[in-house]
This record gives sequence, C-alpha cells and structure tokens, in this order.
Amino acid sequence: MSFQPVILWTDALVWLLVLACMGFAWHIARTPALRASWHKVLVRPMGMSSLAVLALFVLLGLADSLHYRDRLDNGQLDVEVKSVLDIALAPLTAHPERTYSAPLATHAQSRETVERPDGSVVREAPRLQFGGAHLADPEKDWLGDVLARGAKGLMLGLFASLLCVGLLALILSTLWRCTFAAALARLRLPQNGDLAWRSLVLTFALLLLATGVVASLAGGYHVMGTDKVGQDVLYQTLKSIRTGLVIGTLTTLVTLPAAIGLGLLAGYFRGWMDDAIQFVYTTLNSIPWVLLVAAAVLIVQVFIEQNEASFSSVAERADVRLLALCVIIGLTGWTGLARLLRAETLKLRELDYVTAARAFGVSGPRILLRHILPNVQHLILISVVMDFSGLVLAEAILSYVGVGVDPVMNSWGNMINAARLELAREPVVWWPLLAAFSFMFALVLAANLFADVVQDAFDPRSGVKHSDDPRSGVKHSDDSRSGVKHTNNPRAAGTEGQA
Amino acid sequence: MSLLEIDDLSVRIGDVAPVDGVSFSIDAGETYALLGESGSGKSMTALALMRLLPAGGRIVGGRVSFGGQVLGELPESQMRTLRGRGMAMIFQEPQTSLNPVMTIGEQVAEALPPGMSRNEQRNEVIRLLDEVGIPDPALRVHGYPFELSGGQKQRVMIAQALAGNPKLLIADEPTTALDVTLQAQILQLIKRLARERGMALLLITHDLGVARHMADRVGILYAGQLVENLPVDSERGLERAFHPYTRKLMAAVPSLERAGERLAAIPGRVPPLNQAFVGCRFADRCAHAFEPCAANVPDWTRLGEGHAVRCHLASLPQAVRTAETAEALQIAEPGQASVLSVRDLAVTFTQRTGQLFGKKRIQAVDGISFELNAGETLALVGESGCGKTTAAKAILGLTPLSAGEVALDGQSVSGLPERAFKPYRRLAQIVFQDPYSSLNPRMRVGDILQEGMAALSVGEAGRRHESIAALLEKVGLAPDAVNRYPHEFSGGQRQRIAIARALAVRPKLLICDEPTSALDVSVQAQILNLLADLQREEGLAMLFITHNLAAVGYLAHRVAVMKAGRIVELGATRDILTRPQHPYTQGLLASVV
Repeated sequence: MSFQPVILWTDALVWLLVLACMGFAWHIARTPALRASWHKVLVRPMGMSSLAVLALFVLLGLADSLHYRDRLDNGQLDVEVKSVLDIALAPLTAHPERTYSAPLATHAQSRETVERPDGSVVREAPRLQFGGAHLADPEKDWLGDVLARGAKGLMLGLFASLLCVGLLALILSTLWRCTFAAALARLRLPQNGDLAWRSLVLTFALLLLATGVVASLAGGYHVMGTDKVGQDVLYQTLKSIRTGLVIGTLTTLVTLPAAIGLGLLAGYFRGWMDDAIQFVYTTLNSIPWVLLVAAAVLIVQVFIEQNEASFSSVAERADVRLLALCVIIGLTGWTGLARLLRAETLKLRELDYVTAARAFGVSGPRILLRHILPNVQHLILISVVMDFSGLVLAEAILSYVGVGVDPVMNSWGNMINAARLELAREPVVWWPLLAAFSFMFALVLAANLFADVVQDAFDPRSGVKHSDDPRSGVKHSDDSRSGVKHTNNPRAAGTEGQA
Repeated sequence: MSLLEIDDLSVRIGDVAPVDGVSFSIDAGETYALLGESGSGKSMTALALMRLLPAGGRIVGGRVSFGGQVLGELPESQMRTLRGRGMAMIFQEPQTSLNPVMTIGEQVAEALPPGMSRNEQRNEVIRLLDEVGIPDPALRVHGYPFELSGGQKQRVMIAQALAGNPKLLIADEPTTALDVTLQAQILQLIKRLARERGMALLLITHDLGVARHMADRVGILYAGQLVENLPVDSERGLERAFHPYTRKLMAAVPSLERAGERLAAIPGRVPPLNQAFVGCRFADRCAHAFEPCAANVPDWTRLGEGHAVRCHLASLPQAVRTAETAEALQIAEPGQASVLSVRDLAVTFTQRTGQLFGKKRIQAVDGISFELNAGETLALVGESGCGKTTAAKAILGLTPLSAGEVALDGQSVSGLPERAFKPYRRLAQIVFQDPYSSLNPRMRVGDILQEGMAALSVGEAGRRHESIAALLEKVGLAPDAVNRYPHEFSGGQRQRIAIARALAVRPKLLICDEPTSALDVSVQAQILNLLADLQREEGLAMLFITHNLAAVGYLAHRVAVMKAGRIVELGATRDILTRPQHPYTQGLLASVV
C-alpha cells in the first residue's frame, strides 16, 4: 500500500518554525552571553523538568504534523488525511465502541434494550466490543486484570527509564571525559555548575512509567473512555496537542513582527509615528477581544464556505480555518508586547551608547537593529514564552464560545465545548472534560513554570552577578553615584512623564 | 566606654566577605569617617551595625555594642526601637529615599517616637524642619517631595533621622549626589546639628576632602579591611597618613594646590573578596611591597595618639620606604588653528504642561559663545541643570539649536540636516559620564570600536582591526579585549573603551562629559592622566564638562563657568581659580572642600 505525503499549511509553518528554532539554538551556542543565560535555565531543576514535559508535548505535536494520504486498492487516494502519530496510535482507533463508555469500563455507560438469546428483552448496559472483551466474567476478573496490566506497564516503564539513564550516562561520560560509573555517580550527586540532569532523568522516568501503564492498559481497555460516537477519548486528547501547540506558537509568528516593528518604531522615532501607532493599538484594545475575534472568524468561515470546492479534504479545510484563527488572534494580540517594547525603547534611546552611535552618524534603522533590538531580546523571549500558555487557553475559550477551530478538528476547546451537554447527562459523562483538562493543565503548567525560569534567567534586574567583579552584589553606590548628574534635558523628563 | 564599639566585625554574602574583621569605636559627640573606594565594604559595615544587611548577607563574627548593649543579642523588636531612636541613618540618594505619595510632614512624623498627640507631632515636625533649615516649615509640612529641590529633600531626610533624637547618626555618602555648593551647605548643617545635639556621627564617604573637613578621626577601608586609623589634624589634615594606600589616595585627588603634577594612579584593581588572603591585601598594587607583604598578614602598629596602621613598613625595622616623588605633568601647548567656534548658541525645549495643549518653553542654553583651538582644553563648569550637557549635544548636532552658530574646523555646521552633517561627524566625538550606560552590553568591544569607523568610513575596511589594536594599546587595554563584552570590565576600563571608541574616528575635538564623576578616586586619576597624555600626543582639542573644580585645575587651559544657560565667566584657568570675578564663581570655589 503506497501513500502520498500531504503538506498542510500549518505543517509547513510548524516545520519552518522548527528550522527557525534550530537556527536560534545555533545562534545561542555562538553567543556567550545567551549561552550563559540558557545555562542558567537548565541548571534550575524546575527549568529542566518543565522543558522535558514541554519537549514530550512538542514531540507528539511534531509527529502529528507529518501528514499523508493512503492510496486505496483501486488506485484512488483515501479521503482521510492521517499523520505519523495516527500510525503510532492505531491500536486506540482500531476498536471504536458504539457510544459513551467510562474509562477502563467493560460495559457501556447507558442501558439499552437488549434481546437475550432466550428471547427475553431486558434493559441493561451491554458489554463493550473492545473494552474488557477478553474477560470471561468482568465482575470478578476486572480488578485483577487491570492491576496485572498496570504492573506490567510499570515494569516496562521502569525498564525503559533504566535504559534512558544508561544512555544518558553513556553520553555524559564522553562529554565529561570520565568512566561510565563516574558519570552515573555525578548524575546522582551533581557537581557545581552541572545542568540539572537528575531532574531531567526523574521527569523522564515519571513520564515513561505513566506511558508504560497507559500503553499496557490500552491493550485491553479504553483508558480514558469513549465519547458519544464511541471514539477513544485518549486518542482525541493526544490529537488535540497539535492544535494547542500550533495556536500557541504560530500565533506568535504573526504577533512578533507587528509587535517588535511597531513597538520599536514608536519608541525610537516618537513624534507622529508614535502617535499613529499608539492610536492604532489603543483603538484595537478598546474593542472587546472575544467580539473582535468572533467577528473575524465568522467572516473567514463565510469565505471558506463559499470556496468549499477548492479544498480537497475536510482536513485541509479545517487546517485553513486553524491557520486563519492563528492569524486573527495574532493580529489582535500584538498590542501588549508592542506597548512594552515602546516603553523600553523610550528608555533605551536616551542611553549614552545610543547617543554615541548617533554622534557617529549611524542611521536610525541601524541603531534599532544593532543597539535597541538586542537589548530588548530578553523582553521578547520572556513574553513569547509567557504568552504561549495564554494562547493555548484562548483556543479553549474561543472553541467553547463556538468561534474557535473547525468542529471536526480535535481540540481541547471542542472537547470542553462538548462537555457542556455531557455534564448535564444522567449519569454524568465526566471523562472527556477531565482528559482535556488534565492534558491542557499539564502543558500550560509546564509552559508557565518554564516561563518563570526563563524570566529569572534573562531579566537583568534579577541580579546578574559576574564572578570577576568583586563589587557585584556588594555595593550599589557605583550605580547610584552615576546618577550624580541628573538629566538636564527637560524635554526628556517631560515626555517620560507624558508617556 | 565608647558609645559605639565594633570589635572584629565580619560580614559574608554568599562566598564574598565584604567586611572582614573591622574594629573601631566612636565616642559620644565624636565624628568618625569610614573612607574607602567602592567595594571596600564601608556601606556594608554601616548596614551590619543597623542589622539591615541585604538579602543573603549575614554577620559571621564580631561584636557590636552600642551604649553598653550588645546588638547581636537583641531581639528584632528591641532592635527596631533602637533604629531611629538610638542610631539613625541618612542615605545617599534623596530622590529615592523619600516616598513620593506621602507629604513631608507625614514622613517626618513617622519617625517620631510614639505617644504624641497630633498637635504635638505637628509642632515637633515643624520644629525639626526649621532646625534643618527648610524655609516656611509650617507651610512645607503639607507639601510633597516633588515640590522640593534636591538639597531640600536631603534636609528633610536629615530631619527624619533627627526625629527619634538619635545618639548616633550614620550618614552614608550624604552629599555624593549633590552639587558642590549644596554639598558644602549640607555638610555644614550636619556638622552643626551633631555639635548642637552632642550626637556621634559615623560618616561614610569616598571623598577625602569631605572626610578631612568633617571628621575627628578617619578609618581607611581597603578590600573589606581597615588599614589605617588616623586622627584628623586641625592644620595638616590627613598629612600624617602612613599606609601606602592612604598616601596614594591622597596623591590621586586632583587639587588646586598640586596643579601641574601628574596624579598618582594606583595600578591594578581591588582584589576579589571571595578568597582567603595570605599576605597584605594591598601588596600587589603597592609600590613599597617587600618580602613579608606577600607572606604575612600585617598587624596593627601604633604610630601615635589614636593613629595606628596595618602595614609591614611600620612594624618591621628592615623596611625601607622608597621615595615618592610626583612626576611633572606635561600639558599640551595649545595650537593656533580653531577647531570649534561657538557663537550665541541657544537651545530651547518645549515642555508639555499639565493642562491640555499647555506648553512651556525652557531656555536650556541661552546664548553662549567661545572658541577652542587645537591642543587646547576648555573646561565648562557648572552645577547640574545649568545646560552644559545640552550645549555639548547641540555642538554635536544631537539636539537642534534654536539660535546661534557652531563651526567645526572652520566650517559652519549649525542647522544642517542629518545627511549634510554626516561628513563633519568625525571631527567631534564625545565621552560620557556613566561608563555603564555608554557601552552597548550586547556588543563585543571590537564591534563597539569599529562601529564609528564603519559608519563614517574611516580607514580601509580591511585594516580596521589593526587600528583597533593600536587604539586599545593607546588607552592601556590588553589586545584580547576585542572579543570580550563590556560587562567583563571594571568602571575605569569601560571608560577607557569609551575613550577609544571616540578616538577611533580620529576626531579633532573630544567632548568629555563628566568623564570621571562615576569613578573612584584612584581610577579617576588614571583616566585624567590618560586624557592629558592623549591630548599631548594627538593634539586634540578638548571640551571638558565638569562640576569638579579640582579636576579643572588639573588639565584645563581655560575655564568657562556656566550658570542657568549662560557663561558668566570665561578666562585662563589660573586667573579664574585664583582671582574669580563673578560672585557665582567665587561661591563655587568657596564650596570646594
């Protein structure tokens, strides 16, 4: 069976972003100051752990961004667009149920009228087609089976973790130029200045154990239950990761150029340009955000429906809508960062090194590029990392309101939206909400913790200490004495107050 | 029994020991000055005895007793009553030490002892404000800090400190942020208050002049350790100082009497304090160091009444002190060619006022004129806000002028648009006051030096690294500085980089805007010497902007005194310093301590 790769718009952008990140990593490796800051991030156990969790999410998201279409036996392409993640998750999708079933359940959620072989008709919850189908007597065997499978999964996870520790120690032993045993010992008791490898190992081990248990249980049950049409909820949640990541990252691609460009221009050139840019973002900010996004999304939706014919598959249509959503959120969300950068630029442009550059006749754009932009880099990075979690949550909110991603696309927002009705059922269907919530929570928490660590490492005010300077942290009079001569430029004082 | 006795006090912050075994005592009514450069641990000592060390800092040894009470044993609640009522502190920066949203009266009243009625409080506050010389205290009580000038804020802070009627006043660089004339007034005020109230005063300063003027005894701190305890002689001041560091410091201060002598610079820098010292901490920078200096920590040697020193030269008989002679300073001979000519230069700013569309015009520079020839130094002296920096920026074409004419190298450049000005940019360059904000922290030194050359196409692109190497050597930096970032350098080294950056485009005029006021005394000497040498070698014209009259006498040929945007007096340095005509200049000179 052959296949044809499909490159959706967001796929292309996601991989472009991966390339950009690799370029950025190379840039970091070459710049000592940046390397030192990132080193500070990775020395902190919290930074390493949250990065490991994030990395796992990103890995799943990337696997879900390699799409293809199967070629059917009759030579035609399958209408369904699948991804590499779908291959890995095939066991989850192979055995759908008819409708709702609870996590690890053996029977369906709701009673149905069933005709017994003996002809009698009863109302009971029927056995599931897959979940626990291998059990002869679910009442008796269920707990033992679940525990046995869980234990097997734990063992598997443990084995995989040990393998990972060994692998890491092997790599580190070449890096540290010591024996394997010494590397293991140093992993356990890190030396000063080592990265937080131990936290990495612990986080990874926990993740592997959890994965082992889930994978083992998934062989006989629907671990997170099934939804209204009997689809595995775990599968849906995992597929939603990509949607969340795409919204969280691609949106910043739209935000950054606008925010950086307009923020720096307004702050540096001031005058009419500042007035115009300020006018635009104050106007944007004074329209309720959800309303603005809803209006834009509805327009795009109408456009998509009118051009239905130009999309060759449902996935493509959903993808275009996702991309449109990113652009819309991005275009309405640049104001905060732009405002921050404008204020910082206003401060930086009065600094002496900018004046010195102007005394050399260096042109405005060049000053922005060489003197201002590198000095607001940390602000941009911090706000990008911090906005990420906000955007993931925004997707959930917008989908809940009904102006988010396409309803056919797996997303946490859509799952939560569906939960509105599910929670009103009797008995309550709680697991899709719980699954979506816990995965989103894990991603957002990891992103927030990571953002905190990044902020600490990059914020110059958080006490950057240079070991070669005996004064650092000891005495501040050096800095305050530099304030001996207060600005005798009343214009600067006046406009700062006005800003 | 002294009022305050400090015995072997040690403080640690992480693995740094900013204060290491410091002992001294202060009697009631006495003034003791702790003198040291930045990083010597003088402020840390003061904070340690108030038990107000910054986060991470702790007292690791020693005993502090105040009026018979051992402070280390007091619970925090009693310590709190002691702060303010027993000992009070005034800080360096009046701008940030007062809360901008509280009235002056409220802030002073806060420090009054509890148990007073509102009326008593009010009267007491007015009395205190009157005592520190605030005019119309009954009205000012309801004012806010922004309504006060810098000097008045400092007075309010002193009133606040006096509110608890303390026995000991700790003044941490109380006048460093103030202008010369204000400094003299505030010092006088503090001195008078201490005398009238019989208050002991612990003065923390980096300024030898202030210490000599104010103190009964001086303790010199170096790298966290007290190296000399010295009584101030009423006639000879600190002349009796023995320690080589103290003597070097004294020789490093430019003064009116020693014009024409090269300033003594101390080579090297203060050692990092995160190590255990085996020998004398000053040994590797000391001109008189001999064998025991590197091997043994020197002990105290008594030299006279109240005079003790921690130096092997004093304790070991075999020590020979090499003679110290001041080198003569060679000042460049001014040439004939005019490099800068300024005629009726005026700069006006429009400031928005509180009202809608309200605008106010401020005359920052109000018609100044002067000429500057090649190889000549003109000092522009004045207090903050008098328009000296604005004038410099206007000359460089960085601030639009509202009237007048500026000619660089005979060519009129005033009013030229940016594009037309560019060819003249390389003629005049500037060195700023603060070496921390004048270098882009994200650029390597090599790139910083190259920026001007590239922008103004000075020299061939391929050979620029050679001229950069030559520049670094000229300003006394190692060639490997090219690949390093500014934060790896100390303040003095950064100022050298800034000077090299300005010289990179081979200007004819160098404007130095307070180039040394953010630096320590010994470093200031290095930079002033460097500027004098560069001028002689390159034939540079220099416009030297400063508020420090002593530095003026050191390297300027002529002096222009500025007040409120105008030049009130212009003439040869010697004439102005010895026979000032204008009352303002006379006032300035009288305030130098």
